[in-house]
Amino acid sequence: MLHIVNKSPFDKNSLESCLSCASDGSAVLLYEDGVYGAIKGSTYAEKLQSAMSNITVYALEPDVKARGIADKVIDGIKLVDYTGFVELTADNEVVNSWL
Amino acid sequence: MGLMVEGKELETDEEGYLLDLNDWTREAGAELAKTENLEMTDSHWEVIDFLREYYDEYQIAPAVRVLTKAIGKKLGKEKGNSKYLYELFPYGPAKQACKVAGLPKPTGCI
Amino acid sequence: MSSVIKQFLYVNRKAPYGTVYALESLEVVLIGAAFEQDVRLMFMDDGVFQITKGQETTDIGMKNFSPTFGALGDYDVKYMYVCKQSLEERGLTVDDLMDLKWEDEDDDWAEKDSIILVDRAEIKSLMTDADVVLSF
Repeated sequence: MLHIVNKSPFDKNSLESCLSCASDGSAVLLYEDGVYGAIKGSTYAEKLQSAMSNITVYALEPDVKARGIADKVIDGIKLVDYTGFVELTADNEVVNSWL
Repeated sequence: MGLMVEGKELETDEEGYLLDLNDWTREAGAELAKTENLEMTDSHWEVIDFLREYYDEYQIAPAVRVLTKAIGKKLGKEKGNSKYLYELFPYGPAKQACKVAGLPKPTGCI
Repeated sequence: MSSVIKQFLYVNRKAPYGTVYALESLEVVLIGAAFEQDVRLMFMDDGVFQITKGQETTDIGMKNFSPTFGALGDYDVKYMYVCKQSLEERGLTVDDLMDLKWEDEDDDWAEKDSIILVDRAEIKSLMTDADVVLSF
């Protein structure tokens, strides 16, 4: 299963709710303002890192670069381009897009 | 475009549905039925009353499937089928009956 | 009508009147259910505010659509999952929610509760088990 989050965790609780509802083995893709959740050392980072033992986290690289946080991304988060985004949605039968 | 009822003009949309369901009276229902070329009988009014009660309780007009089931339960099995309802309202029970009942066009109306 | 019945899980996470999400979700639910699919609802985060009792919207000039949830049983929507934790966080209990029912045709139209309280572990598996998850 793929969860998609496009809201900053500092503004909305979408990522937090998503992480608490993502079952082991599922994937979470951060894009648009959702990529702010990928910043190393933020108050949110620890939560995301502990979730990463059971789930795979991706971030959309163009959005990461656009926001100037490319060198701050938590180790282990996989950066994908638009093609990678499409592949993820195609590879997962169920996709939940968190608003 | 409006609907003349006892000398008063009620507002309708371009398809002739009442804009304000509080404008509805039995007389308005009868006028609306004329616009649909319906000869209203007690059986028609039974469905209209049911729809108005349903809307009052749930704030929606039911989909046809729901309407037939609920009519069958309330008014008897022999009336709870789409054949019966289509005989009364040949151009679609949800669409025509809702119009006569002064309700907005139903969501998910097929 | 398609003969393939899919399980749709609608996840509602927004309060009812501040944004249009809740109303839009309900409209989509009604349309989906009219097509005889297996439609289930979930309420979590602020979404639990959609189904509280005693909503009265006259003074804000908006339609109170909470009564419509009561009709969903007629549309064969039998399961409305509510996140326990979200209720607790908001100082609510199940008694603050509308008494939503569905009638079991196979059990002499017995009225059954639609609301099922679930924890996060149950939510995980409900999301995984659904064919389609739609978030609002």
